[in-house]
Order: sequence, then C-alpha cells, then structure tokens
Amino acid sequence: MSSSQQDTAVLKKPVEEKKEKMISGSEAVMLSLLEEGVDTIFGYPGGAIMPIYDSLYDFSEKIKHILVRHEQGGIHAAQGFARSSGKVGVVFATSGPGATNLVTGLADALIDSTPVVCVTGQVFAHLLGTDAFQETDVINITTPVTKWNYQVTDASEICSVLAKAFYIAKSGRPGPVLIDITKNAQIQKIKYDGYSKCDHIRSYRPKPKIRNEYIVQAAELINKAERPFVIFGQGIILGKAENEFKAFLEKSGIPAAWTILGLSALPTDHPLNVGMLGMHGNYGPNVLTNECDVLIAIGMRFDDRVTGRLDKYAKQAKVVHLDIDPAEIDKNVKSTVPVWGDCKETLPMLTKLMEKRDHSKWVSRFKEYMKEEVQLVINDELNPSTEKMTMGEVINILNELTKGDAVIVTDVGQHQMVACRYARFTQSKSNITSGGLGTMGFALPAAIGAKFGAPDRTVVAIIGDGGFQMTLQELGTIMQSGVDVKILILNNEFLGMVRQWQQLFHDKRYSFVDITSPDFVMIAKGYGIDGQRVSDRTNLKAALKTMLDHKGSYLLEVMVGKENNVFPMVPQGCSVAEIRLK
Amino acid sequence: MKQEYTITVHTENHIGLLNRIAIIFSRRKINVQSMNTSPSEIPGIHRFTIVINESEEVVVKLIRQIEKQVEVLKARYNTNDEIIWQELALYKVSTDMIADKISVERLLREYGARAVVIRRDFVIFEVSGHREETERLVKFFEPHGLIEFVRTARVAITKSSQGFHQTLKEFEEKEPGTDRVVENKYLDKNEEVFSM
Ligand SMILES: Cc1ncc(C[n+]2csc(CCOP(=O)(O)OP(=O)(O)O)c2C)c(N)n1
Repeated sequence: MSSSQQDTAVLKKPVEEKKEKMISGSEAVMLSLLEEGVDTIFGYPGGAIMPIYDSLYDFSEKIKHILVRHEQGGIHAAQGFARSSGKVGVVFATSGPGATNLVTGLADALIDSTPVVCVTGQVFAHLLGTDAFQETDVINITTPVTKWNYQVTDASEICSVLAKAFYIAKSGRPGPVLIDITKNAQIQKIKYDGYSKCDHIRSYRPKPKIRNEYIVQAAELINKAERPFVIFGQGIILGKAENEFKAFLEKSGIPAAWTILGLSALPTDHPLNVGMLGMHGNYGPNVLTNECDVLIAIGMRFDDRVTGRLDKYAKQAKVVHLDIDPAEIDKNVKSTVPVWGDCKETLPMLTKLMEKRDHSKWVSRFKEYMKEEVQLVINDELNPSTEKMTMGEVINILNELTKGDAVIVTDVGQHQMVACRYARFTQSKSNITSGGLGTMGFALPAAIGAKFGAPDRTVVAIIGDGGFQMTLQELGTIMQSGVDVKILILNNEFLGMVRQWQQLFHDKRYSFVDITSPDFVMIAKGYGIDGQRVSDRTNLKAALKTMLDHKGSYLLEVMVGKENNVFPMVPQGCSVAEIRLK
Repeated sequence: MKQEYTITVHTENHIGLLNRIAIIFSRRKINVQSMNTSPSEIPGIHRFTIVINESEEVVVKLIRQIEKQVEVLKARYNTNDEIIWQELALYKVSTDMIADKISVERLLREYGARAVVIRRDFVIFEVSGHREETERLVKFFEPHGLIEFVRTARVAITKSSQGFHQTLKEFEEKEPGTDRVVENKYLDKNEEVFSM
C-alpha cells in the first residue's frame, strides 16, 4: 500500500502556486488549515474522508498528522494540544463510527471550554438520510456537545465554513466545533481565489460589552470588604490574563483559591495562593468560603463539585462574578455585581480602582486551617508511615524532581484529586485534566497532544489502573510518532474513587470496583516503551528519576495502598463548611 | 411562580438551529407548549415564538442559553400582558350537520368563525384568537361531531411600539452585548453578511 501511494504521489502534478486556481474541496480543507496556522492534526482515516486524506498526503511536509488508535484518543489529544499550547486542536475522522467515537471528547471539550475543530467525512450528499454504509446523523448527534457544527455539501463553502469554525472555536468562551463534509464536496472542483479569515459573525457576540458601572460597583464592594476571597477558574488561562490576575491580587492583597481547571494560572508558592476549592480541595478555602464577606469569582462557573450544597454556599457573602459567558452569571450562584467581559480587560479596570490593601490577618486564617490540614491529612499523605506507598508521596517526589516545571496531565479518580492537590506549578497551562466531564481515558491521549503542543516541556501523564485501560491503545500512537510522554500509573488495584464512595457511603459494599490489570510494564515493552514497576518505597525516587531522565517515553507503575482514601472531602449534598478531614 | 411566558428569538435562517433551540428545553425537561418559526420584518432574519409555563428565574436562564447559540441574534421574553398574540385553528365538520343542526349565522357572529371551504361533504371553519376562543368552538362542535381539528402555535408581537432594531438597542443597555450589535450595521445588509 505504502509503495503504491508513493508512486501516485510521484505521478501527481505539483500543486500550482497561481492565485486563482481550480482545486478540490479536499485541497480547500488543507489550504484553509494552513491559513489558520495549523501544523498538527490528530486523526484516523476511513472511507468517507479518503479524499481529504489523499490531499493531506500532498501536504505532509507542512502539516504533521498523528495517526491515533481510536478517534476518542484523537480528540483528547487535540484537547491536550489546545490546552498546553493555547492554540486550536484539530481532528480528522471518518463518517459513522469515526464520528460517533468523537462524541465523548466533544462533550469534554464543551464543558471544559477547549477550542477544537473536528473535520469529519460524510457519505455523498445524495445518500444522506438513506442509511447508506457508515452514514450517521452526525450533525444532530453532536449538536448538544458542540459550540457550533455545520454540514458542508458544496465545496464552495469549505473555506468560509472553516474560517468560521476556527473563529468560533477560539473566540469568546472557547469550545469544540465540528464540520461534516460530504464526500462529493471533498471531490468537487472549485475556483480558489484566496482565503479570508473570519473576524465577525453578526449574530455572535463572543465578548460581552464591559459595563463600567459594574466595574465601579465591584471595586467599591471589594475595597470595603474585610474578608474578601477570590476564587478562580480556567477563565484566567483561556483569557491569557495570568499577569493581569496577579497584578489584581497583589494590589488588593486578597487570598485566592482555584478550581482544578484554574490550577497553574497562579504559581503554587505565590503568597496569596491559598489552595484548592471543592470536594477534595483544601480545608481553609472550603470552610472560609462560608465566612468571607465578598466572594470574587473569576472565570469559573460554580460547578457543584466546587460549591457543594448550593443553598448553604457563601450565603453570607456579596458575590462579584467576572465571566465572559453571560449564561454563567446567576446560573448557580446569584451575583451581587455581575462583571460581564473578558477578564483580560476587566481585571486591569478593576485593579486600577483597587485600594492597596493588606489582608494578612485574613490570609493567616487560611494558613491556620492549612496547618491543621497538614497535621491531620497532608503529613500522612506525603510522608506516610504505612508500609504501602501513598499517591501523595509519589507526587511529592515528582515535584522535587521536576521543580514544578512539568506539564501534568491527569485522568479521573483518586489519583487526579491527589495530583491536583499536591502537584506544584511554576507556570500556567501546566495542569491538564478532564474537569467538567470527568472522562476516564482522557490522560494518555491528552498527554500525547500536550507534548505536541508544548514540545520543549516535560509532560507527565498521571493515570489510575482503571483509566489507563480505557485508552491504552494510544501506546501505539506513542510508539509510531515517537512522542516523549512520561506515563505514571498509580495502581491501587481498584477503581479507587468509586471504591472510596462505596466505603464511605455504601457500607463498604465493594460492587464491581475490584479491577484486575495486565502487566503494564510488559504491555509497554510490547509497544517498544521502556518501563518498570515499583512496589517498594526505597526505589521510588530513583525510579521517578529514571523515568524523567529517560530519552523518550517511559512507563512507571507505582503500586500504592489499595484502600487509601482522598481527604479532605465534602460529601455530596453537604455544605463546603461541612468538609471532612477523615 | 410559574406562569406563561412567550419567548421571542431572532435568528439567522439556518438548518439545524431549530434543533439547537429545541434541545435547550428538552435537556431541562421543560415542556414547550407551542413553538412557531417564521420570517421577521428584517429580510433573512428568522423569528421563533416559543411558549412555556415556567418561573421567571428559569426563563432568564433559558434566554441566556438560547442567546449563547452562535446563530441567535437576540432572545427575549414577555408575559401575556405585554404582548398581542393569536393562534389559528381549523375545524372540519360535515355539511349535513351544519345544514341540519346549526345556525351558521350564530357560528360566524358569536365565534368569529370564517368558512374557508364549503363542499358538498364537509365545511372547514377557521377561528383565530386566544386559546379560550379557539377552544370554545371545539366545545361547541364536539356534541355534533368534529371530523378534524388542528391549531397552530402562538404567534406574538410585543405591545411596545418599536421594532426589533430599537428593542435590541434597549436590551443592550441592560444586558451584555458588544458594540458591534448595538449598531448592527450588518442587520439590513444580508448580502454583505458573512454567511453560507
Ligand atoms: C468513562 C468513565 N466511566 C466511569 C467513570 C466513573 N469513575 C470515576 S472515578 C472511577 C475510578 C477510577 O479508577 P482508576 O482509574 O483506577 O483511578 P483511581 O480512582 O483508583 O485513582 C470511575 C469508574 C468515569 N469517570 N468515566
């Protein structure tokens, strides 16, 4: 196959450079991607997208195509790429099963606001609705899980539709876009007279107009506050407003806590960084949410995993909510002052009006709670006296070795919460996790994408024994592409997070959480990836160092205590103030 | 408190948007009482009229979700006293029944009905008005035999005297929006609009 492909490539005429020329719809796709600055595509071919792949063959010097092992892996990789690079991730998939395999990733990207453009092939336009081979109603299946989608049946639309797709995916609150292109449109010849980027759509308002009076009102509230508290999410990262955010904090002196998607927007050791919010967040931020007098929420959406029981959430506080998406304001928590707009712009406006304040007494309350948490939870997690290792001690040594400079990609479960709690970060866009959807199987492919998005950085995927088995076929992608991803499996021989809930809330009835695993190290070897398993603490540090120093990908499996739990915990249905330390 | 709200949505005329709007309701298990799509006074701009029975708090959240859709220009909501609305109903009855048992004159006068088709075998009447008005004629025909009945969704127009441009401006004062839409220079120029 490959040699015959080469033959046809030789026979093909070189692409002409003239301004106005006849091209196929598929070439239009490729030219559009180049114009949008795309250099990496994650994809998987099939019947209905073959003309596009045929065209891609001619562009393979300009655009890198990463052949994944499953389309879900493709879109998760594109998500990882987008989140480590700040660019739009691009995915190719075929019709029918190829497209339906994207659905989980689309839902994940939508809820976590990740800019992704998926191009799917579709059957010929005249076959739509006939139950043709590999025909599915992709547009309707994906409508609830895309920011926008569109089916192209005429090649003359391709360039303008893709321009629109990229604009929508990355502007405002970012999200996934899917473009379904019928095969006839891929083949159809059209006149190409250049590409123009999209910079507006009359019905679409990515950035709400900033209302100055709200900025003024917010500033008044905050200046008067005795116990102001900032909680922030991914909006800071998506808005590229890390510096503006830091300036705001430092002038106002307000302590700040993060959601897991906001993690890494503020360096871990910043004096005003008081830790993590939510179900497995830190003690102080949760308890003091219900004691602050002004709660300033920035680029976050009050997810139930952050708020716990809503009718007991920050009832005493005035709420200032900064968000680019007006639909988020007053959705879960009623705001006293809504500050619509891009925080890159609203934060500096607010900072200007801030009185320089020092809230150190208030900040010290967080530190006191932290002391208690260290004593009762963190010490045992990071320096355990148990025979079995804990997840926390693994992360702790990892921090020591990476100095907080690595990109950490996590899957979903206990290891995710432990990694988010204890991993340290010095720079933004460094914590990549499936937050809103909680998609097991996310980490391995997302880490692959993250490495392509940030090739100069060390990328460590931290994954549970359960989640790894959901997308471990992507080891094939690592093998073939040669991408350098460090895989750290924290193996507790259980579907740990579910087991923890069963232990705490279902009388220890361990219903189907006892998961057996293959020999992960041997599997990695099968893919040509080096690795080792560590069961003994004395070898842990050396093993982590070997992993990090290894040239190329490496798999390290660490056996941890089977029935360790993640604490603190706000049990479902409880208020954040009712957080449990054990 | 739950009550009837009429939601008006101005949109681009694109395939798939109907579904995007419909699933905003069905995802939240909200029953749509009626939904109508039609052109608006602005060429190329479509108008949805949706009636639901909900609390204002829920309606406001729904409006924001609808407005979030890329191809929606504006969504707003009104209570019944802020709008003029009509529904249209058609009634098919047998001609014999009409001839034998009913005073057609009374029908036309009291019910505001209009005969649309008169045939040897059946007659079709039309009534437009509020739900109670179209319902009254159903009640009237029922004992005699109503062969077929159908009613449209509600169509509604606000009582305020300005059209969409003006209302849009006013909403922009209260609600978020960009400068671009306040002076939506593209609104009247469909051909210059980036579309497909
Ligand atoms: C696709 C998917 N299926 C099921 C779940 C429910 N779930 C959440 S955490 C979890 C256990 C994860 O186990 P493992 O990957 O071993 O990680 P651990 O919690 O042990 O660290 C499960 C099953 C999920 N989040 N995603």
